[in-house]
Amino acid sequence: MQNKIIEIVDSINTSQVFSELSDAQSGGICVFIGTVREFTQGEAVVSLEFETYKKMALKEMDKIAVEATEKWNLNKVIIRHAVGLKVIEDPVVVVGASSAHRDACFEACRYLIDSLKETVPIWKKERFENKQVWVSAHP
Amino acid sequence: MNILLFGIAKDIVGQSQLYFSEGEDAPSTVLELKKKISEKYPEFRKLTSLAIAVNSEYAEDHVSLNGFDEIAVIPPVSGG
Repeated sequence: MQNKIIEIVDSINTSQVFSELSDAQSGGICVFIGTVREFTQGEAVVSLEFETYKKMALKEMDKIAVEATEKWNLNKVIIRHAVGLKVIEDPVVVVGASSAHRDACFEACRYLIDSLKETVPIWKKERFENKQVWVSAHP
Repeated sequence: MNILLFGIAKDIVGQSQLYFSEGEDAPSTVLELKKKISEKYPEFRKLTSLAIAVNSEYAEDHVSLNGFDEIAVIPPVSGG
């Protein structure tokens, strides 16, 4: 598919995404933006650090975008993830899709972020005042 | 044979790559690699999951390993 954007970047500009997904054949655009939350289970987070195996992450992100376009009738798809040090309220991931009717892009958007969290080799370390934790590493 | 390490795998081993000399020491399959690193670094046993990528694709336990493959340890992912 021509109309897909798959990227790993240092920082995300959320104002780009409308023009990136906007499309004459589309009647709707659905976007999910993941951001840094201040509290995890009551503990104050200072920052998050994201690391990736970039070559593999881009391949896995591409697979997810292709799967989404096979499941739904989408015109444009974006999956963009940031890496490096992020602080409270920073955007860390943007996924979205545009489609002729809203059902397709709503459902695809959820699929894009849920799949990304399952398979894409990106790791997040939460830094608190007194400790650092790799998220989901331990049961 | 060089093994790339990321996330908590890098912290457990204390470096970003692990080296096995060719021959008896080198694991010949994904499963053998998992066993070797878990024996040498028992902290790997405590992880939620442990996957191996060969040439930047997830590889099942039976997949064979060669010195020229790009091999990586993939601890539980946490993007998004």
